Amino acid sequence: MIENNNVELLFEAKSENEAFARVVAAAFVTYLDPTMEELQDIKTAVSEAVTNAIVHGYDNGPGKVRMRLKGIQNQVIIEVHDDGIGMGNVAKAMEPLYTTKPEQERSGMGFSFMEAFMDDLRVASAPGKGTTVLMRKKIGND
Amino acid sequence: MSRQINTTDEQDEIQHMDYIYMVNEDKLIIRMNAELDHHLAEEMRQVIDDVIDKRGVTHIVFDFTKVDFMDSAGIGLIMGRYKKVMDKGDITIIGVRESVKRILLISGLHKIVNIYELKGQEA
Repeated sequence: MIENNNVELLFEAKSENEAFARVVAAAFVTYLDPTMEELQDIKTAVSEAVTNAIVHGYDNGPGKVRMRLKGIQNQVIIEVHDDGIGMGNVAKAMEPLYTTKPEQERSGMGFSFMEAFMDDLRVASAPGKGTTVLMRKKIGND
Repeated sequence: MSRQINTTDEQDEIQHMDYIYMVNEDKLIIRMNAELDHHLAEEMRQVIDDVIDKRGVTHIVFDFTKVDFMDSAGIGLIMGRYKKVMDKGDITIIGVRESVKRILLISGLHKIVNIYELKGQEA
């Protein structure tokens, strides 16, 4: 029986902190004994969510990003939240290759990667209300 | 006799903590020593475009031997440089690790850039 665990991290919306968030998420899941591939999946998904918060949520301006990590048995649940501008049309934002910032060379693949590498992805957002990305992944086989 | 000292803009070799690059005629070879995320991609974009504009390079070789992580920002970086040189040149990525290869394949970049895997990689 694996005991449940919780970590909450609040950091400034700076690109330097993208690597920090990835490392924290990777370190958090180590007690679940993930494979190298599962670790990469989690790092990539966290990187995409945190980058979105910084680039889109706060438009590269000041703000705080909150990441919550929950370990429930053999699953990890990752929540990335910003209090930025939010989105009116979440479904459109999640379409592959869609981006509102082509001039910044955003590939429009962020949500696609989160979906591909995690088992479940939910996004809650509204204009002026910030964005919350909720991701879940099971580590290992039963 | 002193050796010729190039100006900063014209240097053939630049070393930085996160990257090293070399310019040889129309080729730019750039090796990154860090995780290729949005943070590094922004810096790389400026550095590479500066070399493209000032030196007119058309062939870009990314050496990913030391890159063990890349996310969609890396895709944006490679795609953007591809668009800049595609008419006259090409993009090659060498030393690709398994973790990076996965991202390149999902994005479809392997269809437009030359990719060479890292030999003898573990895992």
